[in-house]
Amino acid sequence: MHLLPVPLADYTVLSTVMFLIGVCGVIVRRNPLIMLMSIELMFNAANLLFVTYARAWLNNAGHIFAFLVITVAAAEAAIGLAIVVIAFRSSERVDVDQVSALRG
Amino acid sequence: MSALFWIPAVVLVASALWTITASKPVYSVVALLVNFFALAVLFLSLSAEFLAMIQLIVYSGAILVLFLFVIALLSSGVAPISLGPNRLPRLTAPAVVVVLIVFGLVTAGVLSSHATPLPPSHSLASAGPAGTANVFGSVSDFGKALFTVYLLPFEITALVLMVAVIGVIMLAGDEAPYVATRARAEEVRKEMREAIAREGD
Repeated sequence: MHLLPVPLADYTVLSTVMFLIGVCGVIVRRNPLIMLMSIELMFNAANLLFVTYARAWLNNAGHIFAFLVITVAAAEAAIGLAIVVIAFRSSERVDVDQVSALRG
Repeated sequence: MSALFWIPAVVLVASALWTITASKPVYSVVALLVNFFALAVLFLSLSAEFLAMIQLIVYSGAILVLFLFVIALLSSGVAPISLGPNRLPRLTAPAVVVVLIVFGLVTAGVLSSHATPLPPSHSLASAGPAGTANVFGSVSDFGKALFTVYLLPFEITALVLMVAVIGVIMLAGDEAPYVATRARAEEVRKEMREAIAREGD
């Protein structure tokens, strides 16, 4: 059995802390912009875990997957922000509780 | 090694907390920027130098600027973004409790797990200091993997970005079909009433 070259537990716990901070942000905040940023925090926590285990196992797949996650995060941010713009274009307050009718 | 881990780790957690507690979205963006820089340092400490640069360029350079644009767009013309009443103060305590429970479970699981035998490596390169050529995580190593073994996922990424671009133009372009706000709903209702009145005449 090989000795892992990185302190896996430290990185895993750090990633968990960051992910849970993001979960807290999505649950507690009502500002859609800050909720989107919390989702970015969660994406980044997942990326940190991917890169950690890629290094631990010397396997490139983790790097590739983190790269794909960054791409998907960019697409998600663009579409989420477009929805925020059209939903709150003419309102004075930015609050997700305000959007109660989702009929097309 | 440990300073290279602990300093960015403390910055990472502090800036993440700042992100979700900041009163204004602009402060959150600044905190998120600090967070991304700390994360890039951690990526470098894990010898993922290409991903560290991508993290800085794509996240800090593109996504955060998108957030700033939207904040500027939303606060122009109308009143500056205000917080409004916090309608979910009761959720804070349960959220913290759930988070602490999950954190405890994950930590217990991590600390009690054993090191697993290494699976076969796809990478041809061996580990080395970040910044030298042809070691694990270097640009050439990453590029070789991306364009040989993982070529199909890379091509599908292009489709994902295309869908995002078309979706954003459909949603927020000039021909945007419907603005879901109360003011817009009032407008539509008024137009309909007027049309019905005209029909009556």
